[in-house]
Amino acid sequence: MNNGDAALVVDDLHKYFGSDEVLKGISLEAHEGDVIAMMGASGSGKSTFLRCINMLETLTSGKIYVRGELIRMKQDRNGVTVPEDMKQVERIRTRLGMVFQQFNLWSHMTVLENVIEAPVHVLKIPKNEAVERAEALLHKVGIHDRMHYHPAHLSGGQQQRVAIARALAMEPNMLLFDEPTSALDPELVGEVLQVMRNLAEEGRTMIVVTHEIGFAEDVSSRVVFLHEGSIEEEGPPSEVFKNPSSDRFRQFVSKHVETEQVIKT
Amino acid sequence: MFNLHGYFPMILEGMLLTVEVALLSLVISVVLGMIGALAKLSNYRLARGAATVYTTIIRGIPDLVLMTVVYFGGQMLVNDIGYALEWEYIDISPFVAGTLTIGFIFGAYMTETFRGGILAVSKEEIEAGYAFGMKRSQVFLRLTLPLMVRHALPGFGNNWMVLAKTTALVSVIGLQDMVFKAGMAGGATRQPFTFYLVVAMLFLVITGVSDLGLRWVNRRFSIGVRSA
Repeated sequence: MNNGDAALVVDDLHKYFGSDEVLKGISLEAHEGDVIAMMGASGSGKSTFLRCINMLETLTSGKIYVRGELIRMKQDRNGVTVPEDMKQVERIRTRLGMVFQQFNLWSHMTVLENVIEAPVHVLKIPKNEAVERAEALLHKVGIHDRMHYHPAHLSGGQQQRVAIARALAMEPNMLLFDEPTSALDPELVGEVLQVMRNLAEEGRTMIVVTHEIGFAEDVSSRVVFLHEGSIEEEGPPSEVFKNPSSDRFRQFVSKHVETEQVIKT
Repeated sequence: MFNLHGYFPMILEGMLLTVEVALLSLVISVVLGMIGALAKLSNYRLARGAATVYTTIIRGIPDLVLMTVVYFGGQMLVNDIGYALEWEYIDISPFVAGTLTIGFIFGAYMTETFRGGILAVSKEEIEAGYAFGMKRSQVFLRLTLPLMVRHALPGFGNNWMVLAKTTALVSVIGLQDMVFKAGMAGGATRQPFTFYLVVAMLFLVITGVSDLGLRWVNRRFSIGVRSA
């Protein structure tokens, strides 16, 4: 199988929590510049899927290729699937910039320290270079005036923009967003979505787990709708939102469009 | 008001020894406590078991009993080994026995304090470290350790205060700390109350200064917290 041109290939991914099968054979291909919106009700497995890509959860079976490179897995003594080579996993993780629902900024560091931490200590970039890059990124996400603040003194929207800058500082090949706006107050959602829009326009490869219908419709190149661990609907937003083949997706969309309108009014 | 009959410099010397014993055993207890906490949180059953045996034994025996057991038992052990290996006679100094014992005892308490501190660190922040490609050792040194300090500090402060006071026990095995000296001076002048009162105040000086230091450290490590 030649996956050289794909940024990410996921092949028949299964994931069990105990005897509970939360992902039932998911396959997905992302090319450079794709913005994939992963949607689904809570419990549909969309976050777990995203976390499997950078091995924050270990998959039970299936294959993941990042830019053509297979993440090698093996069985441990108890028959549990684990990564064969943690060094490979660590290296691949540096290529995948993760943005979390709860921001997960390091609370003992300032904004600037958060952004330079991994470039300096993982990628071993000289500190002055990392600081320069970080300042430019913080400018880009509009938070450079809070560079020396600690995360606890920022609003949720500001923290999430810092988290995006932190991910960008690694110059990753792909960005993974795990419900980046779900923990935000409604009036702060827009500023984060705007940053993400800009990133999409730059041609960055992104996988975004989200409930934001508007974002998926306008920004994504493909929508993937998960239901109980399987892909229920998939396609370009222009098709799936106009002509959904699945009733569940239709219901999901109408429910979320309603709430979004309620919030806006 | 107090007539110390010129014994004060001698008691101050004793105080110096008290502080030395306290600081050295603090270092030992912090090292043991960190090893113990990591062992208790590790995936290895053997390490967890060993740490549990350690904390159970230490916390279950009175400090005074343990200290005398280590002092006299340690001497017997060294004698036996020395005899078998035809060494010269080696004297176990009360300083070594006392410091080791106190370090050992408080290592057990520190184990629990540090374990609690590590468990209180947010899993999400640790996960973010791994997500950016950090190695386990990097996550521990750069994230877990600095983040746990804030949670472990109150317990650490308590342990230190009790540890400083526990040094009084070394006088029992003949180490001439300030409590020992006060006993001597009190005996010689037949004013035990005066001299023990002086020692009481000197202990308050030690713990008072520590309290200020701990508050400073606490402020330093609470910078990132909203309430700070």
